[in-house]
Amino acid sequence: MPILQPIGRTVLAFLETVGRLSLFTAISTSHCMRPPFYPRLLLRQMVEIGYYSLPVVGLTAIFTGMVLALQSYTGFARFSAESAIPNVVIVSITRELGPVLAGLMVAGRVGASMAAEIGTMRVTEQIDALDTLATNPFKYLVAPRLLAGVTMLPILVLTADIIGVFGGYLVSIFKLGFNPSLYIKNTWDFMEALDVISGLVKASVFGFLITLMGCYHGYNSKGGAQGVGTATTNAVVSASVLILSSNYLITELFFAR
Amino acid sequence: MTPGPSNEGDPNEGPPNQASPAESASRGGPQSPKIRIRDLYKSFGTKHVLSGMDLDVGAGESVVVIGGSGSGKSVTLKCVLGLLQPEEGSIQVDGEEVVGLGGESLELVRRKFGMLFQNAALFDSLTVWQNVAFGLIQGQGMARRQAREIAFDRLTAVGLEAEVGNMWPAELSGGMRKRVGLARAIATSPDIIFFDEPTTGLDPIMGDVIDELIVKCVRELGATALSITHDMASARKISDRIAMLYDGRIIWAGPTAEIDRSNNPYVDQFIHGRAEGPIASMVNA
Repeated sequence: MPILQPIGRTVLAFLETVGRLSLFTAISTSHCMRPPFYPRLLLRQMVEIGYYSLPVVGLTAIFTGMVLALQSYTGFARFSAESAIPNVVIVSITRELGPVLAGLMVAGRVGASMAAEIGTMRVTEQIDALDTLATNPFKYLVAPRLLAGVTMLPILVLTADIIGVFGGYLVSIFKLGFNPSLYIKNTWDFMEALDVISGLVKASVFGFLITLMGCYHGYNSKGGAQGVGTATTNAVVSASVLILSSNYLITELFFAR
Repeated sequence: MTPGPSNEGDPNEGPPNQASPAESASRGGPQSPKIRIRDLYKSFGTKHVLSGMDLDVGAGESVVVIGGSGSGKSVTLKCVLGLLQPEEGSIQVDGEEVVGLGGESLELVRRKFGMLFQNAALFDSLTVWQNVAFGLIQGQGMARRQAREIAFDRLTAVGLEAEVGNMWPAELSGGMRKRVGLARAIATSPDIIFFDEPTTGLDPIMGDVIDELIVKCVRELGATALSITHDMASARKISDRIAMLYDGRIIWAGPTAEIDRSNNPYVDQFIHGRAEGPIASMVNA
């Protein structure tokens, strides 16, 4: 049946990818927990992911907070519920917008860069060179990136939460005419630890997924420049899709009644 | 190893002078080889790259494997290093089976090796001296200061100035990259050194300089060398023995001085770089 052949091939290819990715994840995770560790490389990756992503994540957060306040006001004014704006801003930012938008921005910046760097190392035989120098590429290249992703994303998201809420505050005070102390009091009163914690847990999972996708696609890239380009695109797309789908699952886990 | 007149030049009959393991060893091969490859098979999809390859490399010997592009030379080296897993066959290094090894056992075997890659494969994110010292620091756990000193010694040994040590790989010319790659390959004083197309992409003079350095370094270290190339000038200069890989097997192996008297039409065509001959007829078929 010729019509079944492409379906079969697609299913087999999908299963092969799932199997390969599962193995890659298992090996990478195990190397994160076993010595030798490379603190110098870990620090470099933490700076790369955490520090250098701050501007883009900060800008995203402040404008998101500002737009959120503005849009909420447009909607809530119809029901005379403008006072709920601080509550909406803090919940939206800490639970969803902070981690998801920061995750997507870091996926674009860091995931792409990791896939390109490791992919180039693959096609120029630098990963083979690591092997011949008795250095495990999983331990040397993948583990520090995964650890840095898991630890730095929550810090980035916490920063994004603060900046995002501040963006909402700016618009509410200077454009919508809210009382500053009342806005801060409402924000503080409505903020719950679980909202922030769920956002940080999401951030940690997103950090893992972003770095895993960057490393996986880079490590398995083939060919020359075109292969590295494909790996970079795949890393960003797959990380973004995984962020959005895992976001739903984690939300279910924390808040489903 | 005498040529079979009946199949000489006939592509359908396959190449003559298929060197059996016993024959390979008898033509200057040692009794207990440092590297022993037997009946090695490796395919990529439907393409059979190695089809029962046999090769012995004796301790302290320099063997060059010649063969056309895509004949499986690099695949052979990668199989020995455990970077690729063959489907069948045996590879022994110092009598220890390498095929199927993994994890720390494989890493221990790899510590015996140094390798000069075709394009040097220097780590872009490290300076030149850090590249050279990499195997000492990461592989052997040596202190950075001591490894740095050794790295600069090695750079001097391959004819590079000390200031090159602080440069980045992107700042180097092709010849300099090869020299740094060579310095990295010898930095850990390995028992066995692999050279993958050491002169490819270099002008003839720089190619000869690299060949001289390879001979000097291998001799000083007393290492065993296995090189792959299709540059015959380089092969003659750096080898004690030459083996020709064709159609996935070693079709001729012998002392370098005897290659011009191989009486093998495939070898003759290859070493003289002729377009006409059994290899071309196979390609055009």
